[in-house]
Amino acid sequence: MKHLTRAMLIVSALALAACSQNERFDNDVALGGAGANGAIVPGSANDPTSPLYFQSAVGDRVLFAVDQHTLSDAARLTLNAQAQWLMANPDYTAVIEGHADEQGTREYNLALGGRRANAAREYLITQGVSPARLRTVTYGKERPIEICSVESCYAKNRRAVTVLAAGAIS
Amino acid sequence: MTKVLTHSVTRPLALFAAALCLSLPLAVPFATPAAAQDGPLRIEITEGVIEPLPFAAPVFEAETSGSAELAAQITQVVADDLTGTGLFRAIPQEAHIARVTSFASPVQYADWKAINAQALITGAVAVTGDRVNVKFRLYDVFSGAEMGDGLQFSGTTAGWRRMAHKVADAVYSRITGEGPYFDSRVVHVAETGPKNDRRKRLAIMDYDGANVQYLTDSSSIVLAPRFSPTGDRVLYTSYETGFPKIYVLDVASVNRRTLNTPEGTMSFAPRFAPNGQTIVYSLTQGGNTDIFSMDIASGASTRLTSAPSIETAPSFSPDGSRIVFESDRSGSQQLYIMPVGGGEPTRISFGQGRYGTPVWSPRGDLIAFTKQSKGRFHIGVMRTDGSEERLLTASFLDEGPTWAPNGRVIMFTRETQGAAGEAALYSVDISGRNLKRVRTEGAASDPSWSPLQ
Repeated sequence: MKHLTRAMLIVSALALAACSQNERFDNDVALGGAGANGAIVPGSANDPTSPLYFQSAVGDRVLFAVDQHTLSDAARLTLNAQAQWLMANPDYTAVIEGHADEQGTREYNLALGGRRANAAREYLITQGVSPARLRTVTYGKERPIEICSVESCYAKNRRAVTVLAAGAIS
Repeated sequence: MTKVLTHSVTRPLALFAAALCLSLPLAVPFATPAAAQDGPLRIEITEGVIEPLPFAAPVFEAETSGSAELAAQITQVVADDLTGTGLFRAIPQEAHIARVTSFASPVQYADWKAINAQALITGAVAVTGDRVNVKFRLYDVFSGAEMGDGLQFSGTTAGWRRMAHKVADAVYSRITGEGPYFDSRVVHVAETGPKNDRRKRLAIMDYDGANVQYLTDSSSIVLAPRFSPTGDRVLYTSYETGFPKIYVLDVASVNRRTLNTPEGTMSFAPRFAPNGQTIVYSLTQGGNTDIFSMDIASGASTRLTSAPSIETAPSFSPDGSRIVFESDRSGSQQLYIMPVGGGEPTRISFGQGRYGTPVWSPRGDLIAFTKQSKGRFHIGVMRTDGSEERLLTASFLDEGPTWAPNGRVIMFTRETQGAAGEAALYSVDISGRNLKRVRTEGAASDPSWSPLQ
């Protein structure tokens, strides 16, 4: 059962990865990452200890319903995997970015992004990640990844993204 | 000639009238002797819609050699200010019959009546070195009398637009009875770049878009600048540290410093108190956003709200005794008023939809807000008890109203939809008339109107 869940997670995470952006770690290692002899290239998306793997295989983001900050079942599954990865890779800290779609006033969306980031952070803590490794930031509606003005874009913009950083929180 | 007139407005204006109206002639009783000298020429704000008042502004006389070009520019800005209100209409100079050869010579009223100019503005410009002196007189053509005394303003030639705005402000105030507002500035966010990588920097300009100056670079996101009550400083939110924090910037020196907020928190939505020493702002801690006040000098903060809901966008009443803000404690964004020290808030918005970004009018009588309803955004005004709500605009995304110094005009952000969507500044009368785009160099958002300079 555990393996099955894991497999489903990877599939859904890969689907999400299509729209993910590398915001902190440059994608200077080719995705795919397998060397000529089939060995895993360190730092590639095939290296389970790499931030690229976290982004693409684990899934670095969870999505929210309109004006909500409650975590869906799918979001909890993603966060479970994030928590496992963070506990297996203790050298990393993370900043969780909360975002809103453009359908709201600037200040309210900042507050809403703060709620979303915090919801993800609190859940990771319940799964065993040390609070000292997790900070939150809200971007409100300032950093959409999708730019159309219809629900298909809005749905992807209402997100909390776990952005890894090496070392302790400043 | 150098006498400075003060203009008293003694009648409450019909602020919620359906539209602005021009009723001439109209003998309106004034309480003060100075005002009583004014003629009957008057734009009255009341119900109904009538044509804008036609005025003539022949090119101001050049009193010194080499001041002709500046005189023409100043005359043009005076005319642009007045026509820009939607309350006045300039009669083209080509239609003028009379020629004003000298500022001092008597006015030929018949010639101005013949072209139906109801108001006549004459002026003279003298340049000495880098100084400019501007004189003007305002005449009520149909009663054949000067309206108020002549006035003169002097300043630097570089600041000539301010002289023009001051002339137009005097004309506007004498005829409408409203406070002036042309000699003012607007701080805002100048935007460049695509929607998913917007670059933002603070910019300041005259109210009409002239004299743009950039106050920050675009290396970090900056949001929602707010003028101090004297216009000398600006509060804003910046991501300079990677997290939203409040900064205060000195407009003259462009020096900035961050305000003291606890580690691990985010702060935004700052606004000055009328005393210029205290601010209110929002602080997000543990996912919850509440309102705090801070003494700028000491950096000491005081919590004003304590609720698990979102409390943000606070704005002081002009007397400094109360704060209007938005909260979703009822389940959706609504407007509330609380005492300046905190305490039980009173909800004032009850209509359909969501209400945010309340801003108290400098007159104290109205609160401007953003309303979201049925997928549309509106700028609106209501009385401070929530009554007489009026929506002034409607679009895909209107938000963030700011008041002109006289409380008659509102500027706000309008953003268009879609992948190519872009923000621009617009202004509208509190009657809902005269909606128009404000000139900016590029995309712009989050305006804050300065007090009168």
